[in-house]
Amino acid sequence: MNSNKKYWKGLEQLQNTPEFAERANKEFPEHLPLENEGGEGTNRRDFLKLMGFGIGAVSLAACEAPVRKAIPWVKKPEVIDPGVPNYYATTFVSGSDYQTVVVKTREGRPIKVEGNTLSEINGGGTTSQSEASVLSLYDKQRFTSPQKDGAASTWDEIDKAVKSLPASSRVAIVSNTIASPSTLKALDLFTAKFANSRRVVYDQNSYSGSLDANEESFGVRALPTYDFSKAETIVSFGADFLGASPSSVSNNKQFAASRRLGDGKKTMSRLYVFESNLSLTGANADYRMPVMASEQDKFVLALYEAIVEGAAPKNENLKKVVADLKKSSSSLVLSGSNDKNVQLLVNAINSSLGNYGTTINMSVADMTKAGSDQDFRAFVSDLKAGSIDAVFFINCNPVYDHALGAELSASISKAKFSLSTADRPDETNGSVKYIAPDCHYLESWNDFQLTSKHFSLSQPTISKIFDTRQVQDSFLNWAGENVSYYDFIRTNWESDMMPLASDAADFDLFWDQSLHNGVFTSTVETAEVEFNDTAAEAKAAVAAKKASNGLELVIYQNAALGTGVQANNPWLQEMPDPITKACWDNYLTVSPQQAEEWGIVFGDMSTQTVNLKVGGNTVEVPVMAQPGQAYNTVGLALGYGRTKAGKVADGVGVNAYPLLAYEGDTITNKIVAGVSVEPVGAEYRIAQTQTSQTYMGRETVIQETVLKKYQEDPQAGRNFPKIATAEGFKKPSAVSLWKGHEYANHHWGMAIDLNACTGCGTCTVACQTENNIPVVGKQEVLNRREMHWIRIDRYYSHNPEDLTESQANARSFTKPEFAAVQNPEVTFQPMMCQQCNNAPCETVCPVAATTHSSEGLNQMTYNRCIGTRYCANNCPYKVRRFNWFKYHDNDKFDTNLAMNNDLGKMVLNPDVTVRARGVMEKCTFCVQRIQAGKLEAKKEKRRPVDGEVTTACASACPSEALVFGDMKDPESRISKVLKIKSMEKGVEAQEPRAYHVLEELRVMPNIWYLTKVRNKDEVKKAETADAHA
Amino acid sequence: MTSESVIRDPLITNGKTLHDVTEDIAGRVEEKPHKTWLLAMAVSLSLLFVGFLAVATLLWEGIGVWGLNKTVGWAWDITNFVWWVGIGHAGTLISAVLLLFRQRWRMSINRASEAMTIFAVICAAMFPVLHMGRPWLGFYWALPLPNTFGSLWVNFNSPLLWDVFAISTYFSVSLVFWYIGLIPDFATIRDRATNKISKAIYGGLSFGWTGAARTWNHYETVALVLAGLATPLVLSVHTIVSFDFATSVIPGWHTTIFPPYFVAGAIFSGFAMVLTLLLVTRKVYKLEDYITIQHIELMNIVIIITGSIVGIAYITELFIAWYSGVEAEQYAFLNRVSGPYWWAYWSMMTCNVISPQLFWFKKIRTNLAATFVLSIVVNIGMWFERFVIIVTSLHRDFLPSSWAMFYPTIYDIGVYIFTFGLFFTAFFLFAKFFPVINMAEVKSIVKATGESVNKPTGVTSGTTEKELA
Repeated sequence: MNSNKKYWKGLEQLQNTPEFAERANKEFPEHLPLENEGGEGTNRRDFLKLMGFGIGAVSLAACEAPVRKAIPWVKKPEVIDPGVPNYYATTFVSGSDYQTVVVKTREGRPIKVEGNTLSEINGGGTTSQSEASVLSLYDKQRFTSPQKDGAASTWDEIDKAVKSLPASSRVAIVSNTIASPSTLKALDLFTAKFANSRRVVYDQNSYSGSLDANEESFGVRALPTYDFSKAETIVSFGADFLGASPSSVSNNKQFAASRRLGDGKKTMSRLYVFESNLSLTGANADYRMPVMASEQDKFVLALYEAIVEGAAPKNENLKKVVADLKKSSSSLVLSGSNDKNVQLLVNAINSSLGNYGTTINMSVADMTKAGSDQDFRAFVSDLKAGSIDAVFFINCNPVYDHALGAELSASISKAKFSLSTADRPDETNGSVKYIAPDCHYLESWNDFQLTSKHFSLSQPTISKIFDTRQVQDSFLNWAGENVSYYDFIRTNWESDMMPLASDAADFDLFWDQSLHNGVFTSTVETAEVEFNDTAAEAKAAVAAKKASNGLELVIYQNAALGTGVQANNPWLQEMPDPITKACWDNYLTVSPQQAEEWGIVFGDMSTQTVNLKVGGNTVEVPVMAQPGQAYNTVGLALGYGRTKAGKVADGVGVNAYPLLAYEGDTITNKIVAGVSVEPVGAEYRIAQTQTSQTYMGRETVIQETVLKKYQEDPQAGRNFPKIATAEGFKKPSAVSLWKGHEYANHHWGMAIDLNACTGCGTCTVACQTENNIPVVGKQEVLNRREMHWIRIDRYYSHNPEDLTESQANARSFTKPEFAAVQNPEVTFQPMMCQQCNNAPCETVCPVAATTHSSEGLNQMTYNRCIGTRYCANNCPYKVRRFNWFKYHDNDKFDTNLAMNNDLGKMVLNPDVTVRARGVMEKCTFCVQRIQAGKLEAKKEKRRPVDGEVTTACASACPSEALVFGDMKDPESRISKVLKIKSMEKGVEAQEPRAYHVLEELRVMPNIWYLTKVRNKDEVKKAETADAHA
Repeated sequence: MTSESVIRDPLITNGKTLHDVTEDIAGRVEEKPHKTWLLAMAVSLSLLFVGFLAVATLLWEGIGVWGLNKTVGWAWDITNFVWWVGIGHAGTLISAVLLLFRQRWRMSINRASEAMTIFAVICAAMFPVLHMGRPWLGFYWALPLPNTFGSLWVNFNSPLLWDVFAISTYFSVSLVFWYIGLIPDFATIRDRATNKISKAIYGGLSFGWTGAARTWNHYETVALVLAGLATPLVLSVHTIVSFDFATSVIPGWHTTIFPPYFVAGAIFSGFAMVLTLLLVTRKVYKLEDYITIQHIELMNIVIIITGSIVGIAYITELFIAWYSGVEAEQYAFLNRVSGPYWWAYWSMMTCNVISPQLFWFKKIRTNLAATFVLSIVVNIGMWFERFVIIVTSLHRDFLPSSWAMFYPTIYDIGVYIFTFGLFFTAFFLFAKFFPVINMAEVKSIVKATGESVNKPTGVTSGTTEKELA
């Protein structure tokens, strides 16, 4: 073997030159351009680098960071934890409406107003206006700084201007009733600087006549406080104490208490109402008599003669009233008249009936109304005459909301100096020189005296949003006092209020306690007042009133907009009127018979306009046929027809304030002479959320009875549907395809007492606030697409014998809703998702976006919803609402203030999703509140306490008609109200009045209704009023 | 003496030969488009465009552009859906059920009616997607697909989901059935094609058809199997569509009569639509010898039968509503008859129940103009039937507080027009580029029932044509 044998591939290898060796050691024999030689051009690697960077940069730029404008705390405030709400007790003020409330704030911004359960006056209830006020805080219309001649100015400039007013100036300070002792003190300090000053106080809804009457009868110029819960018989002559009243919350609460029935209570109050328009109070009456405006006072007179003088009344209805009043151990007679003489008669009637001290308390007087129509008239004539040099309008808008607004507007320029403290543009401050914008009440410190013994406080719940200053700070400053209003209040409370608390020893403690509670009740007994009968003269004056025989106008205040101070609040504009179910408009309510005589053509939500002439004023208004409206009397609501309030309110409806007139020294809302109507015939559409007016006699929807029958059989009025099966008739719950649900932990439910619900509609707005429900605007309501999760169904009913022959014939199936009776009975039924146990919506959703929870809720998963609307179609209660459009961040829905600008969005509840276009939504039983309550309890290692978790609607309800709770808890209020019996699967309510709406469908709702019981005689006869009696 | 049954009328008239058949039908595909066709196509495309604007607005703005509301959550959308699905019934019935029953007269009309079915189902399928609030998610969330959303699954309880399965199954089977039938004819056109492009396209479409005996055997077996599969679908699809309503709680919807009543109604409207289309096609393509008066008469008879079934169903509904003693149910039907939508109810009654009865007269059922008019009347009636069921039931259901009216907007109309545009564009494209009559099948009956074989008069067996002549 030759081991030296060599194998070579080529000559190069054989020769093995250094060049070859070098090349052979390289993997790639060719030179690769790894580096850019000479630095010219780009190579592959550079290209890849650049492309990689480029793509990376582009994709990074595309992924915008999701969190915007979120800045972490540098120093975290002690009490503010993200995600945890804080509650502050404060006091709602709007015009001269006051309410004690608790405000929920999240991350330093108020998002919800609730009732203050510690308050003896309002308790837990609210009104739609106080509920909605939180949105008014975030109105972009508000002034962002002081103004001079319509342009932005500075506080220094304003202060200088005010301070340079000579002491000889004749100063007038115009306001609504100010119920704040410290504010009044501050004003006094300011006016003391002037030799000639006066305060002019007016209330939009004037009580001037009542106040004057009380001054004459009792020496106290104030309204009394009432206790409806103690009254057996209540008689109202046009007084809408449930709807438009300074104390509507407590009135509702007390009235509902007097109507509530149960095991221990088989009696209830009886309410008689003599009125022209169908008011909320009239709708809740047991006996309602539609009478012409001019006759209301005559009825008061007749009642006076019957009660005080013992004369026998001629009118059948009045006879019944008198008999009941005499029989009752306690009663209450009210009149809505602003005529001092009428109120004197009412005082005499109540005194004669012994109501002072039981149902009426004059020694604890309501301090929230103190306006004087006389003063105002004098002020306007002085201003006109040029005898006022400086006029200050404190948070009031008399150009819009006073009968003399037009005259006032023309003469403001005659004062050399004019200033308004309104925090947003209005009709009055358009013509004043200076605007010193006040803070919103949610940004303010303040104190209030609501009655002779009830005090409350206001505290800021957010730092000032704009460059505004509290009106009190302004006046203290202008008075030359170098003190903040906060310190000023404290000083006052130390000197004036603390002595009223018998147990207060340390002021700081007293102050903290009062501020925490928001309210303070004096423990010092108020002085008794003596009744001084001056009715004889009044009687003559009332008797001398002429009966009219022409058309009459009654101007009223509706439950949604009230006096119109918050007209630019879309939640209020879209809230349906409890009676007409119309929103975004005011209209002339006319009796159907009269509308027919005028030849008004009605269609589906369409009507025609008429020219309403009152004195020298003519307004064109649409007609609303209103069952129950007294013939020859028409009604028109206040609060509409704003011109400078903002994009929501401007141009909505007509202004009724100029139609109010002085009758003697007081303003009357009943115009009995010089009213005429001429049809214009222009078509007009009024947006209504309900257009069918009767419940078609469907007893599975509304179950009602009369008191006598209820006393005999608590199940009276109940309807027990039976299902035919092979084994005979069975109750619906016994027949089911479904297995039922077992609830291991909680089983939430609700009881709705139809007897307690007065139909006020506060729940609708409370729900809207809590659950970020969009406002859709008039056109979309006309398209039947309002979004409210809870609505109040209002049904009219009548007995066939009340119908005229032609009306009876007209009641065909083509016009089933035709209930053109002169005087229908009214039933209110709050309706929201019934949280069915066998929910028809759940089975039909193709993507399981709506499902049943382990606690009995019917849940809606917005993220999963694809919007087939099958669930809404299959819902027997029609409570599901669809997002037809994108309602947020959409210019087409710019009246939806809460979702269409950055400021408005601050009101949104961060615990509730703002729903996207194309998804279904509905009542969730405020699941976010349930979860929060459970979490709170869990943190404390306990079970939720009954009442701790409640829905927005139930907590807002002034009449406590809605009771929410855990039916698994035998001690809960709902378990007791419904007498819940736990079954193997689910529960059964054993309360005889409790029923499920549409029980025959066996959808097994978790909401029960308690039958409506009217305190009527069994034989229904005398209730159709003989208006011409 | 033996008595002979009467020899049936020839199905193909005028002594057509096999070559004539090819010429008459493939010729239409091969020739240049007619002016009439171009005009019809232009009209269809403009409908499609106008409709597309409505669809685009709908998708951009939201369902709110329609007239729906809180009470009436479905109206034209589901009316149109059910209407198109109903129309889509005739094709399968003609091709599958009549195939199983060996009804050879179907051979001249099955191709076009199957095409109509497919296009109608496509139009119908538009609505379940377009009517969704969020179609961009819904179109695939409604399918039971594995997903990354956790354990999210569709709700098998929902009739809408059953619809998804029913319609998609029906569509797939119909499409396959139709396409298989087209293959031999495509091969014919391929073989006759003179230019390369046609050859390539039809060559591709014919899947390499050879015309061998084995191929024919496979072809016929597949047709029979598919017919067997499709037959239950004829019944199931509209049954399931009717479940959308029947399983709900709404008075007027909650009715056990719906499945048979819907199926009959579907066949009724489907046959009417087939007639409408074929009467035009027959005229334009001069196919009088293939689609004879006999065909039209037979179809009109089907219309009388199904129309009467539908009429009985309407009356039964009224009776049951009264007999049930259920207040809401009684009201729902009284409201249909005499409520604000009475005109829709009576349009439905007139068009669906009264007008087809005219076909009892032979003169009318063999009259082309009358048939054409009535076929359109029937489809108007059937549209109203669905409108009546959906809208008048929803607009006044249990709680009078929620009762509301429905008023359509231009977008309701626009989206309906869109489907018309889509349907006719597709149909005209089909009529131009696909053989409108199944040549292969028709050829099989030219000799058996063509005029050249038999004379229409009673003839004794054994005699030939010549002898008779």
